[in-house]
Amino acid sequence: MFNDLTQQFLPSTIGGLTIGAIYALVALGYTMVYGVLRLINFAHSEIFMIGSYASLFVIISVGVTAPLTGIALLGLLILLIVVSAAVAGGSAILLEVVAYRPLRRRGAPRLAALISAIGASLFLQELFALFIIPDVFGRPGRIDTAVPRIVDRDVLFTIGNAQVRTDQVIVLLAAVIVMILLDQLVARTRIGRGIRATAQDPEAAVLMGVNIDTIVRLTFLLGGAMAGVAGVLYAMEFENLRFNIGFILGIKAFTAAVLGGIGNIRGALLGGIALGLIENWGAIFFGSQWKDVIAFVILVVVLLFRPTGILGESLQKARA
Amino acid sequence: MSRKRMVVTAAMLAGALALTACGGGGSPSGGGGGGETLKIGFMGDLTGENSGIVIPPRNGAKLAIDEYNATNPAVKLQLVEYDSQGSADQAVPLTQQAIQQDKIVGLVGPAFSGESKAVGPILEQAKIPSISASATNPGLAQNGWKYWHRVVANDADQGPGIVDFLVRAAAPKKAYVISDDQEYSVGLADAAFGAFQAKGVQVERDQFAQAASDYSSTVAKVNAFKPDVIVYGGYYSQAGRLLKQLRDAGVTATFASGDGSLDPQIIQGAGAPAAEGAVLACPCNIPFGATTGALADFTARYKAAVKADPAIYSTEGYDAATLFVDAVKAGNTTAEAINTYVSGAKLDGVSKKIAFKPNGEPDVNAIFIYQVKNGALTLLGQSTEAKLG
Repeated sequence: MFNDLTQQFLPSTIGGLTIGAIYALVALGYTMVYGVLRLINFAHSEIFMIGSYASLFVIISVGVTAPLTGIALLGLLILLIVVSAAVAGGSAILLEVVAYRPLRRRGAPRLAALISAIGASLFLQELFALFIIPDVFGRPGRIDTAVPRIVDRDVLFTIGNAQVRTDQVIVLLAAVIVMILLDQLVARTRIGRGIRATAQDPEAAVLMGVNIDTIVRLTFLLGGAMAGVAGVLYAMEFENLRFNIGFILGIKAFTAAVLGGIGNIRGALLGGIALGLIENWGAIFFGSQWKDVIAFVILVVVLLFRPTGILGESLQKARA
Repeated sequence: MSRKRMVVTAAMLAGALALTACGGGGSPSGGGGGGETLKIGFMGDLTGENSGIVIPPRNGAKLAIDEYNATNPAVKLQLVEYDSQGSADQAVPLTQQAIQQDKIVGLVGPAFSGESKAVGPILEQAKIPSISASATNPGLAQNGWKYWHRVVANDADQGPGIVDFLVRAAAPKKAYVISDDQEYSVGLADAAFGAFQAKGVQVERDQFAQAASDYSSTVAKVNAFKPDVIVYGGYYSQAGRLLKQLRDAGVTATFASGDGSLDPQIIQGAGAPAAEGAVLACPCNIPFGATTGALADFTARYKAAVKADPAIYSTEGYDAATLFVDAVKAGNTTAEAINTYVSGAKLDGVSKKIAFKPNGEPDVNAIFIYQVKNGALTLLGQSTEAKLG
């Protein structure tokens, strides 16, 4: 057991950080929408899936045939992130307009919005399985879609017995940079102030001249864009996409959001990384089949003692 | 083939409408000449979602019958097709129709294990011999049926077959067994794990959820254990992803898996460089890349007749029908006499040497080994004699 721990701890940590960064990016969308609308956007996992396919589309369009390095790689990554974030963010706005706004206008109960979210989620999955993957990508809709390799699996450096590869560093770096940008956007800009004001008290925000519809749209746009970035990193790291990749990952990301404190942007980051690490560390002792059990036991234990998550619900209070 | 067992359930639900669709609408095979014509049935999913693994054995069986009829024998054979959609519910009435109306003297099939289980008692009661080319559930042989046979090894032989091959061909000191959490996968992994232990190979294992896509903790375990060979129990989607992540992390151990992963899709999923050299085992003998000998000859005849390459269970379908052909050639014309002949037959088949145990199982549990070479699946040969490329 102790031998297992020393042998596997560092490699598992690297793997946990990589997947944790992706959880965190997706978790941001759940947390922001919850913070503003008190709505759990269960179709968010499909926004992530759309983002991953958008990046595949760009990779195919650009015609990457061999892994890239240096400036070419950086340029491609920026292009992928911009396009996928735009496509995913746009899809998220569309989702809000079609699936949530009509309900919100009519003052429907939150349960109705939840059902609408589940419906939208299934609709988007089937749309990809039945039409978009076969028609746009020309691949079978229900099995893995392979993504061409854009970055080599070179070992960049080693920590103890753990090899850290270029692709893993890119995932972590990109996720952290994007999250810092988002955090600053929410904390420092006019738009961010609007989001925080709406999260704190929607009615007062309206009275103070905040256009709620604009703010809601922006929230979906930003959350969707984060999921789009997650889609790029997922496509690059795992190189296999599927119409339902969002399903399990979405549940994990939602868990991460709750773990960190739903509605809290830094909580999503912390929750995502923590979940990725806990899963992988737990697997050292109990085997990988226990990953999900371990993750959810930890969630329950944390919520028992801190019902609002590690950092608490505080999009409202984030440095007003 | 166990992968299909789950899907068969879905096919059962979906297929209720096709009950009468394809009844005894068989086409006479060959023509001309007078004399007697006996009917042999072929039963399986010919138009449903799993028809991809039933049409090749049908084509193989048809080829055997056509070749026989072309010799202008005194007693001709006719292959009558029964499209069960792989569903036990449809196989039962079709079997009754085959026995009572069409008066078949033998049946090639049913293709799947579920339908085989359902129609076995009916065939047994009517004393009609059956030979399945593809039903691999181990339990089928334990019903005490005297008229039931199959020409493939069963699922329980696959794990030990892979391990025996790896131990002989790669002489590993340490082995790692991985699977996802599906019934077929865990069964194969259990069998392989036990077989490694029995061979005195140091072995450890890990398992992940079917829906997982990040296998980093499993990869970390493999890297810490440093095995010489890895056996994966599961289907090609997960196998492809796992293989990619293992190779990305610098694992160079020989990767082997079973029939659930024997699909070109594994190469797509893992990427051609990572998939290269992967070993796959199957009770089926698919002549991928056969250029010499009986398999190449069969491939040429099959291609000329069917206008497609032999695929999964083509050779087994051909051999099953050949057993009936041989029985009739030997002068047997009743179902009872044909069964007696088949049960005692020794056939040097295209797929393998075939003889039956009293319970209808093939007497040698042949497992065939394939390897990914230059980005394509290649048949290496039977597990007892194949060599790693």
